[in-house]
Amino acid sequence: MTVNEIAEWARFVLSPVAIASIVVGLMFLFVAAIGVLRLPDVYTRSHAVSLTDSLGAFFVLGGLALYQGLSTNAVKILIVLILLYLLNPVITHATVRSALRSGLKPWSREDA
Amino acid sequence: MKLFFLFVLITITLLIAVYLYRVLRGPTVFDRVLGLNGISTKAIILLVVIGTVYERVDMFVDISTGYALLNLIGSLAIARYLEEWKELAHDCE
Repeated sequence: MTVNEIAEWARFVLSPVAIASIVVGLMFLFVAAIGVLRLPDVYTRSHAVSLTDSLGAFFVLGGLALYQGLSTNAVKILIVLILLYLLNPVITHATVRSALRSGLKPWSREDA
Repeated sequence: MKLFFLFVLITITLLIAVYLYRVLRGPTVFDRVLGLNGISTKAIILLVVIGTVYERVDMFVDISTGYALLNLIGSLAIARYLEEWKELAHDCE
């Protein structure tokens, strides 16, 4: 068995797993979109954008990497995923901190 | 298989429309920044899916890496700017 045969075999076996992972990721992205639409203020919406979105991106990009099988492309997709996981919290943190420092009051139940 | 990836593409594009609503409507300017951050995350995923459809993942992954870095710089610049100029944030409400 050559390396290419192993790669082809891995791709054939892993593609149903990849499809399931992508579908789960789309579900998380959908929930994040609902959160962005429905939650009351910046601080609560940042949860939807940061946490749920990151998990959805993990499942979708992980599924795409599995679909590539054993190749350089899978590693490249995983590098994008790691980059996303490093950058997304930084951006959300900076935005929410600037919102807090500029004096925006967090939402409370009395405001509703 | 291509049909499935087209379905993924269309779904993510519809989700981008939701974030776009938040960017256009958002009561404060911070909502708009957060919405743009969400759109850029979706755009990164979208680029990788497009690469998978056209079988050119190696090229499109590089584009999406560049997009992620540009998004970091832009968002951090906007956040620092709004931190300095407090009146501006409240004018946009």
